[in-house]
This record gives sequence, structure tokens and C-alpha cells, in this order.
Amino acid sequence: MHITSKNAFSSKMDKTITLRRGLDLRIEGTVPAESTAKPCSTTEIALVPDDFPGFTPKLAVKEGDNVTAGQALMYDKLHEDVKLVSPIAGKVTHVVRGDRRKIMRVVVTAETTGAPAIKTDADTDNATDVKKAIMHSGLWAYMRQRPYDIVPDTEATPVNIFVTAFDSAPLAPSLTNLVKGKGKYTAAGLKALASLTSGKVYVSLPYGCGLELPAEVERVTVKGPHPAGNAGVQAAAIAPVNKGEIIWTLDIVTATRIGTMLLDGTTDWSTTVAVTGPEVNHPCLITTTIGASLKPLVDGNLKDTDRHLRIISGNVLTGAKESIDGFLRFPYRQITVIAEGDDVDEFMGWASMSPGKMSESRSFPSRLFHNKLFRPDARLNGGRRAMIMSGEYDKVMPMDILPEYLIKAILARDIDRMEALGIYEVAPEDFALCEYVDPSKLELQKIVREGLDYLRKELE
Amino acid sequence: MLRKYLDKIKPNFEPGGKLQAFRSVFDGFETFLYTPRSTSASGVHVHDSIDSKRVMIIVVLALMPCLFFGMYNTAYQNFTACGITDYTFWQAMAYGFLAILPRIVVTYAVGLGIEFIVAQWRGEEIQEGFLVTGILVPLICPITTPLWMLAVATAFSVIFVKEVFGGTGFNIFNVALVTRAFLFFAYPASMSGDKAFIASEPICGLGGYVPDGFSGATPLGMIANGSTEFLSQAGSTWQAFLGLIPGSFGETSTLCILIGAALLLLTGIASWRIMLSVFIGGLVMGWIANTFPSDLYPASTMSPIDQLVYGGFAFAAVFMATDPVTAARTGIGKYIYGFLVGVIAILIRVYNNGYPEGAMLAVLLMNALAPLIDYCVVQANINRRMRRARSMD
Repeated sequence: MHITSKNAFSSKMDKTITLRRGLDLRIEGTVPAESTAKPCSTTEIALVPDDFPGFTPKLAVKEGDNVTAGQALMYDKLHEDVKLVSPIAGKVTHVVRGDRRKIMRVVVTAETTGAPAIKTDADTDNATDVKKAIMHSGLWAYMRQRPYDIVPDTEATPVNIFVTAFDSAPLAPSLTNLVKGKGKYTAAGLKALASLTSGKVYVSLPYGCGLELPAEVERVTVKGPHPAGNAGVQAAAIAPVNKGEIIWTLDIVTATRIGTMLLDGTTDWSTTVAVTGPEVNHPCLITTTIGASLKPLVDGNLKDTDRHLRIISGNVLTGAKESIDGFLRFPYRQITVIAEGDDVDEFMGWASMSPGKMSESRSFPSRLFHNKLFRPDARLNGGRRAMIMSGEYDKVMPMDILPEYLIKAILARDIDRMEALGIYEVAPEDFALCEYVDPSKLELQKIVREGLDYLRKELE
Repeated sequence: MLRKYLDKIKPNFEPGGKLQAFRSVFDGFETFLYTPRSTSASGVHVHDSIDSKRVMIIVVLALMPCLFFGMYNTAYQNFTACGITDYTFWQAMAYGFLAILPRIVVTYAVGLGIEFIVAQWRGEEIQEGFLVTGILVPLICPITTPLWMLAVATAFSVIFVKEVFGGTGFNIFNVALVTRAFLFFAYPASMSGDKAFIASEPICGLGGYVPDGFSGATPLGMIANGSTEFLSQAGSTWQAFLGLIPGSFGETSTLCILIGAALLLLTGIASWRIMLSVFIGGLVMGWIANTFPSDLYPASTMSPIDQLVYGGFAFAAVFMATDPVTAARTGIGKYIYGFLVGVIAILIRVYNNGYPEGAMLAVLLMNALAPLIDYCVVQANINRRMRRARSMD
């Protein structure tokens, strides 16, 4: 069965989604294909509540408290069952607060406390039990729901669950490699998820991937450029979110963690991180703990230059800017280092014909070299303008969404129009490529995030 | 060195500096000379190298063949009218250059002046939109247009067509075309007839006074008055394609316009959808008119190809209809918009003898209708979504 990105239907056979719109950025610093992960122990971790939209953090611990692995550090003020738990045993050393005492992050320093990690017992056949177990383990916050792209509402039943088994973002590691050898757990996790939805669990795989999946889930093959690996693209092609419906999205790593937790009782908080980017000497894979401090992960591996560097926890499209003293951020699997670019003076950059300029515009000679890799920096490469060019976003948006019109509706805070134009179907990450190609340099992901938050506030 | 100088004088333009009233002007020049150092604060960490400056400059570059050809043609028309035959290529170019230079200077001075003031007043960055408008206006006006008229018309359209709507990106009508339309309706005597399109005076000793009885009517002007003989002359289509005919400064040469079009399409700056469908619309309407020729409407005897190479049609198709701000913005909308521009341009040209050329009015009319076309396309998307939601119930 073959479906293009515009059509949506379901069938009993394996599905193939072919994306024609999208874009693979060609950036230097990818991890060599045959790399194996080196372990790197961490002494400090931090959890950042901002990584979990929809989660209103309330502290469960104080500075100086001892915690065991699996113990809650924060819980959601509105749904107390949803919590963020410490992945390691140790002492809470800092609670960093920002404006109006907003919790920015909670830092835990590793210590051997002797206390065993918190266990979760669950009957994997009972949906209520499974749900409770996921919440108890702290993994609930690792899933997202649409509409609003937030931590799922604990009361609602999703009409479908979309799991992505690959990350197509620039320089991203292969997710199927991360769950290799854990087939038992992946299967258990997916089966458990299947009991939580009234519809189906769809798992998207890259073309030619042989990952085995349990019979309870639907296998979806996605061909094409980024955002092929985004769960939202899969949902858009198979069953877009209608008003009043709820779907969940997550990645295969989280599904596998759920499986491990259900089968073994303990949650596996280790993670494999790809250290990537043009300013990294030797791109590599490192096994560490979620929320780990970045310094040990990149120390000695950064290029020795006078230029300012930008360390991104995540990929260049959706990652979070962190300093060298920062921490690994959700979804805890990639670090990208690029030049900041605030220390260069480029004379008449707009006229440049340099082949080193990364662009999708054919006015740059770099478009002629199809395999060339680039070393972009973090500059906007222009000034912020009104939306002038038309159709630029459409080229990289493989969903049946009119991005310009939806963005304008959001900016106008016009709720009816946002609904009509499909805001329930999208997450900020779906607009990342639009934001990249935009000649007017608008902050599209921020606009969409604010729009979603506004809508939720008005309607709930 | 230049960077150091800019850094040195920069404090004067910051709030509290003695030249703070010129901050937007300084910003404009600084960002023109040096790519701003500002880096991404939210969302994506890398941005495409394209920006609106590059987009605008490429359009200006695409207009250069028309500009240079216009210089030569202006001289050629004057020299031919005066019977001057022994001139060199460079003498002709010099004449044309001197003829157009004051017009370009005046349009830019008036337009950019207003842009700078408005940017300063709003506390915004200077926008690049006028870089293109400022060169388009002299190219689409007759060479004899008095400078003060150009100044008045430019000021009118920059203020009332662009700035009151919020500046570049928010205008409903194409600014350059409104300038032309303003001149056309406010000063019809200077904008049409058989004297308007040929430079009538010598400049710096080059060229000569055009004799009183000489008719410099444009081909379309002659056709509208019923004289269509020259259409049957051998090579007349070729002549019009090359552009050695009287007409507005930069829009006579279809060849040069196509060179510009090639640049716009190769770089992907202009929409091929719009460009293609304007030409198709023109061909279709030209063919319909030509299939039912009528003595009442002399232009209906023109072949469809002639319709495309005479007058401002090609220029409008390549440079005016493709203005992304005022054209339709949706993919399907662009086909409809372009096709209708082509059809209406020829419709006005053929069936309204009062207007020998319809391209300007066609684009302006479709500018007004573009939001309606987009509305229908967007509504189709919305309806698809509503149907889907209903089928789930």
C-alpha cells in the first residue's frame, strides 16, 4: 500500500508513506556508521521542566535531600500522578529558579546512598495498571499528546498512538541501533501501549529497516527527507488529529524504556548520545544517563578555535542552546556543536557567491554540489522581516497544512481560524524546517508554541 | 578598516547619541555593508543563507538587461527621429544613461527618503522593498515624464499604497504599478499619445530636437488608432521582440525581459507558476481575439505571439505579476492569478480602444482579486479538514 504525503487512509497491509516535501540539511560532523558507544559516567544530572510542555512543576524535594533512582523530583501541579523522577541516586544540590521563582532546573549530584532504585510492579495485561505504572515510573512525561504538543492528559484515551523508530533530523543517531538487542523490551512496551488506545499503535521505520515488531502494532515505512522521522508527519499521513481527538506521539526508545520498566520493574535511565557537529573533533556515540552534565561528554573533543561555540543539546533544528556547564536535554540523545558566529564580520554577506554558504536557494552556488557538507553557524543571516516571499514554507512542509495562513492566524490569535487551519495537528517541531528556510527569519517554532499555549489556556 | 570606522561612529546613532534621529539610516547602511552578527535566540539554530536583501538584489540584477537596453533604445529612437545616423554605440549609451539617470536618482531619493523616515518613526529596520520599486518605476514610465511628476507619484504610492498598510510585505497593490497608474490617470497628457515615448531633446550635445511633425507613437498606440499596416511588414515581430520600438523606457525588449526572467527562474526567486500562466493566459486570450477579428477592435487582428511581444505584457508577466507580496500566495492560486492577469491584459488591450495597453490595469485588478483567489484555495483546505472530522463521527 502506497500513500503520498497528502492522502490519508488506513489499511491492513504495511503502509509506505512517501514524502516529497522536506529537506535534509547536509552538515559536517556526523557519527561514523560503524561507531560503538563508549560509556561515560556522570556525576551530576539535571532535569529541566521547560522540556516538558504542559507540565506545571511543583517540587517534591528540597535542596540537600537525598534521592534514590526513580524518586520524584517534581510533579505536575494539576495531575499529581505525573512526575519527573531522578535517574540516579544522590543528593539534590541545586534548585535553579528564574523570574517569578519559576523552576528552571533541578540538579542532582550522584552519591551512593545504598537505597535501591524504586521498583514498579504492574500487570502488563491490565490497561489501568499499565497507565499507573508508566506514571509511577516517571516515563509518562516522555510522551507527547496532540493537540497542543504537551505531556499527555492522564484522563483522556488517545485515538491512536504514533511511535517513531527513527530520527531524520540533521546528524541524528539511529534510534533502531539504540534499541538493538532489546527486542523483548521494545515488544513489551509497544504491546502495553496498544492496550492504552482505542485505535492503533503505528510504528514508523525508515525504508529498508528490518526491526521486528509485535503483531499488535502497525508497521509504517516512511521514505523521503526530514521530517520523515517526526511522529507528527506519520500522523498527518495516516490519521490527522480532528477537533476533539487526542493522539500520543513518542519514540521507540521511550517505548523500550516502558517495556523494560514493565518487565523488570526498574526503569533504564541510561541513554546513548551522539556527539555531532562541525566543531567536534571526533563525532562519536557515548552512553550516559539522561540529563547528564555536558562537560564530560564533550571535553577534549571540541575543535581548538578562537571562535565562540554554540553547544546545542539536541539537533540544530529543535535542540536547546546550552553552555558547556549545561546539561543534556530532552529527548536526551544528541549534542551538536556549531560556531556561534557572533564574532565574524562578513562584508556584504548578502552578495556572497561563496560555495560554503548553506542554502536551499538556487541563488547560491552551493546548490550545485549535491554531496557537499557545510559548517553553518548560528547567525540569522539577515534581518527579521514581514512575510514577503510566498510558498517557501510549503516546500518543506509534508502535511496538508497551509503554514503561512496558520502562522498568520496564530499571530492574530484568531482561535476559529487556527482550528480551521489545523492547529490541532501540528507541533512546533513541524515548523522547524520552515523556520530554517524562511528568508524573513521569523521565529516560527516560538510562534506555534505560543499559539498552542494560548489556545489551551483559552479552551481549557 | 571600514568596520572600525562604523564601530567608531556607531555610538552617535544609538539612543542618546547626537545623531539618533538617523539611527535607521545608519542601521540600513551597516546591515547592507556587513551581515548582522545577530544569532538565533529561539527555535532553529541554523538559518538558510538567503535573506530579503539577496532576494531584492537579484530582482534588481534581473532588471539590468532591460535597463541597459532601454538606454540604447532611448538614444536610438531620438537619433532616428532626428535623422542622426553617424553615432557610436557608446554615444548612444551615454545619451540613454544621461536621460535615465535623473529619473532613477529622483525615484530612489523620494522613495528611500520616505522609507528612512518611516523606519525611524516606527523604530524599525529599513526594509529593502524599495530597492526594486525604485528601479522599476523609471523603467515602466515614458522617458519624457517630468521629474516632478515622478517625485509626486512615487511619494503618493510609497505612502498611501505601502506605508499606511504597514510597509513592505503588507501592501495590497504593487507599489511600482500604482506609481505608473497614478501618472497615467493624473497626467494623461504626459503619459500617452505620440510624443510621450521618445526623448525629444538633446542631452549634453548628444542627440537632437525631434522635429515637430514626427510621430513617435508606440505600435500599440497606432493599432488602437486603427493603423495596423506595420504588423504585416516583414520582421515587425522580430523588431518588437528585440525592442527597437518606441515604448516605456525598459519594457520594449522582450529579449532582455526573457534574460531577466531566466535569472529569476534559475535562482528560484520568482514564481514560475505565475510567469508561465500569465503567458498562457495571454496566448489563450490573444488566440480567441484573433480567431474572431473585428474592425471595431483593430488589436484583435494581432497574432497571439504579437500580443506577447508588443507593449508591456512581457514585462508585467516577468516583473510585475510575480511580486510575491501582491500576487496570490497559494500554489494553485498562483496558476489562477497568473492566467487571469494574462487574459485580462489582452482583453483590455483588444476590447477597450481607450487603453492601448492593458497589462498595468490587469495586474492591479488581479492584485485586488488575489486575496479572493487565495481565500477559495484556503477554504478548500479548511473544508477538507471539516469533512474529515465529520466522517469520523
